[in-house]
Amino acid sequence: MPNKPLVQVDHLTRYYSQTCAVDDVSFNLARGEVLGFLGPNGAGKSTTMQMITGNLAPSAGQISIDGMDLLDQPKRAKQAIGYLPEQPPVYRELTVDEYLQYCARLNRIPRGRIAAAVATAKERCGLGDVARRLIGNLSKGYQQRAGIAQAIIHNPAVVILDEPTVGLDPIQIREIRSLISELGKEHGIILSTHILPEVQATCNRVQIIHHGGLVFSDSTAGMAHRHATTSLIAVFNNAPNTERLSQINGVERVEPLDDGRFRIHYSDTDPAEALAQQAGSQQWRLCELTPERRTLEQIFIELTCSESPVREDAA
Amino acid sequence: MILTIAARELRSLFLSPLAWSILAVTLFILAYLFLSQIEAYVTLQPRLAALEGAPGVADIVVAPLLADAAVVLLLVTPLVTMRVLSEERRNGTISLLFSAPLSMTEIVVGKYLGVVAFFLILLGLLALMPLSLLAGTALDLGKLAAGLLGLALVVSAFAAIGVYMSALTEQPTVAAVTTFGLLLLLWIIDWAGNKQMEESNALAELSMLRHYEPLLKGLFNSADVAYYLLVILLFIGFSIRRLDATRLQP
Repeated sequence: MPNKPLVQVDHLTRYYSQTCAVDDVSFNLARGEVLGFLGPNGAGKSTTMQMITGNLAPSAGQISIDGMDLLDQPKRAKQAIGYLPEQPPVYRELTVDEYLQYCARLNRIPRGRIAAAVATAKERCGLGDVARRLIGNLSKGYQQRAGIAQAIIHNPAVVILDEPTVGLDPIQIREIRSLISELGKEHGIILSTHILPEVQATCNRVQIIHHGGLVFSDSTAGMAHRHATTSLIAVFNNAPNTERLSQINGVERVEPLDDGRFRIHYSDTDPAEALAQQAGSQQWRLCELTPERRTLEQIFIELTCSESPVREDAA
Repeated sequence: MILTIAARELRSLFLSPLAWSILAVTLFILAYLFLSQIEAYVTLQPRLAALEGAPGVADIVVAPLLADAAVVLLLVTPLVTMRVLSEERRNGTISLLFSAPLSMTEIVVGKYLGVVAFFLILLGLLALMPLSLLAGTALDLGKLAAGLLGLALVVSAFAAIGVYMSALTEQPTVAAVTTFGLLLLLWIIDWAGNKQMEESNALAELSMLRHYEPLLKGLFNSADVAYYLLVILLFIGFSIRRLDATRLQP
């Protein structure tokens, strides 16, 4: 069943008394996909994740994991999930080894394979050096890693990580990101975060949730394409006049900025090459030429800062 | 799976100093009571020897010891059960259990059995005191067994109530206070009835003490045993429902 989605979420809704935390959210996750879940604080990211992992019951809607409904076959569906909540669910009084062994048993790994599963999880999360130490005495970063190890110990089809890189140092963050990319090859991963570069670095699909509703959904590749460069910033030490620039092939409009800087808008053909050539022959002394990208950050701010969110069609 | 959770619960108890101090203090107090009962027996012995069908060691030493033990355990149980579920919820570790392929029943029963195992260890150590009398005298083992069974049932019922109270709140201390209150109420609930009429009434039927006394006398009454089993099943059932409801929280 290669085309069957690993996670299928249909019209998921969740109320906290009168407040609607998640409002009619639907999405799919395919094998080999890393889905980045973005949103400002209180947008409903964690609530959605808690519902997918069975920690919260949805007010309405359906969730199926690997083809199994979470309500009808909770045990089999949960066996296919590894979940790291916001706060790593670690027991401070256990050592890393004891903790992982317990998690392995909870996830019904056969007795004979527990040692191997624990060893693999430790190795993947870089916990080898602290295996015999009490989790309570470890730094936040190591506790976080123990939490991640717990989520992947039973080799689940779906790994759900709620802000996995919080509290880690830059080197650990890089390690965890590469771990996520590696896991993403065989598993489906849902990752919630508010660190935007993290999404661009690790995810191949992005979803932005705001006020409980899904406002944006696109693949990172598609995003680069759809929101491709349409303007360049050029800086000259010996600036030509605006008209000369507008005559260059492809240029639509030139907007002079201060200090010899120009914003050059174009539509179809990228004038960068022609511009550089002209600048060389005409002694404009071009010293900077940057394509202006509509970054994820801009999209994020546009979508989440508006008072009344405009729904974009989920692609 | 239930046993995995139970084993971890028991292990966790012994990893904290709480379990050790509870064992030490409880056994110290019970040993003191035991010795004072023996003292009383020794002073009574000359007069007992003259009596036909006089009460034996089991009646004068063992029964009061086990009766006192139930009261001591009433004070101690809330301290052991208070953190069973509330701390997991407070620390967020409960989501480890919720997202693992486990049913609520497995989680609650596992936790409960872990606590009961702790009390059985305590009871085993306590049983050594009367058994040590075998070295010097004859002992009515039947009475002792009935008494220990009664105490095991009492403390299992205490633990079930404690687990339920722990499922109700995220604050361990609140769980301890409410457990203690409910246990004490169930212990003394028949006092209200006593003043009006001597016969047993509905309130007396609810009293934990009333169902414990016959077992201490060596009287195994299936109604008494059924009472404790019902209390255990009821509160375990409540706990499962309650834990399930935390996922539905409004």
